[in-house]
Amino acid sequence: MDTYLRRTAMWYGGVGLLTAQVLRSLALPPKYFRLVVLEIETMGVRSLGVALTASVFTGMVFALQSAVNMARFGAENYVGPISALAILRELGPVLTAILVGGKVASGITAELGSMKVTEQIDALRTLGVNFIKRLIVPRVMAALLVFPLLTVMADVLGVVGGMVIMFLERGTDMWAYWNTTAYWVVPRDFLMGVGKSLFFGAIVTLIGCYNGLSTTGGTEGLGRATTATVVHCTMGVIISDFFLTKLMLMLFW
Amino acid sequence: MSRLGVREQPRPSTPTETGEVVEAIDLRKRFEGHEVLRGVSFNARRGETLVIMGGSGSGKTVTLRLVAGLIRPSSGRVRVFDRWIEDLGEEALLPIRRRMGYVFQGAALFDSLTVHENVAYPLREHTSLREAAIHDRVVQSLSMVGLGPEVLELLPSELSGGMRKRVGIARALIGEPAMLLFDEPTAGLDPTNSRLVAELIVRLRGGVCDTAIVVTHDLELTRTVADRVAVLIDGQFAALGPRDEVLASDHPAVQAFLAGEAR
Repeated sequence: MDTYLRRTAMWYGGVGLLTAQVLRSLALPPKYFRLVVLEIETMGVRSLGVALTASVFTGMVFALQSAVNMARFGAENYVGPISALAILRELGPVLTAILVGGKVASGITAELGSMKVTEQIDALRTLGVNFIKRLIVPRVMAALLVFPLLTVMADVLGVVGGMVIMFLERGTDMWAYWNTTAYWVVPRDFLMGVGKSLFFGAIVTLIGCYNGLSTTGGTEGLGRATTATVVHCTMGVIISDFFLTKLMLMLFW
Repeated sequence: MSRLGVREQPRPSTPTETGEVVEAIDLRKRFEGHEVLRGVSFNARRGETLVIMGGSGSGKTVTLRLVAGLIRPSSGRVRVFDRWIEDLGEEALLPIRRRMGYVFQGAALFDSLTVHENVAYPLREHTSLREAAIHDRVVQSLSMVGLGPEVLELLPSELSGGMRKRVGIARALIGEPAMLLFDEPTAGLDPTNSRLVAELIVRLRGGVCDTAIVVTHDLELTRTVADRVAVLIDGQFAALGPRDEVLASDHPAVQAFLAGEAR
């Protein structure tokens, strides 16, 4: 138990220290911006399919379930705003962060972990290269851009998916559905979700980087680190979502 | 001094007195309760090759990593190029590391980059040279280690162990370092490649980089390249001094180690 608690405390401490190092190293030399662009492609463009497919199906399922159950209370007219609020405030950012984050962060862990166990990170250091600026900061910067963008796209597709399924399955008038949704949903709902996605992007990237950099034990250790990253990211997003929601409701509601 | 040059009461000295590039004083390093280095003191002077010998797990690589500032000592001091580095942060260490070249045991080449990109890496990072000039320097550096332009576009996975090691040396050399650190340069190489690497280290003395610290358990390499030798046994120097003196030492632990190595 003691060992487990010590390991957990060291992990949180390590992620915290890495975050501090990243914050101190944000001023990148111009030539490293090419790396940010490459990471945007790796994280964003290659994750579009996963993020958008998940969001459109989530939107459809949520609308369908809501319609069937809200019809029992005579509230089927409110399926639009309920679905949109759930997607914009929670499902869009959280699902995107879990799906894309798991994929992106485990990839980062595998890459950095492999570099660690083959001494490539030490090689960078001996060549006088600041490995935080070279390997970590571009990824964090890319994530701060990619996660909100993917969340916006996931939001749009989720809402549209809900609307389309309501039209196809329940014969709801799309124009009425849209009007009710637009009446009840305000920009704050959308901005809260996008705001959260910024934090989620930073959290999952830092977890992926930290687990990669702290990989030990050769290829077996690399496998363990990659698996741990998926679990840490999922838990990190879900738990931080609660605290972010509390904070945002306190500040902006 | 006791035995063969092992310091008993180390004290900091000024580099101008001694021409020292590296000075280590009473270095200790502990990993999770296990003390790997137990009070090691030595210096490396300009223009000499210091070989640190020792068996597996004796702390040779740890000593080299301490000199490069890759890890911090649990206690003790290290001075490199006139700066005490044991308490320096990563950012402050970078300019010091740029003045040294480190050759890793497994070469540590960047596996997604070609040989050309690997060797050119330090120049692209730290200079504003044009691509044509970088290319010339890469070809020159590779030719110094006996490799031709036909390897330029190969990936590290397409090279043999000996070639990888030589590319690693070329990458370390291209920045024209003031000191080279070699971690087991002949480990895993066949006798021919081992001889090539040893000859290369000797050849460097006359030209690009005349100061080196080599850690190895290879007695033949030590005989070929060393000016001074330190024998590290169980985290402490059992002997440190001129090559011929140390190799002829009558210290029982040194004799036992050398006899084991010679066999």
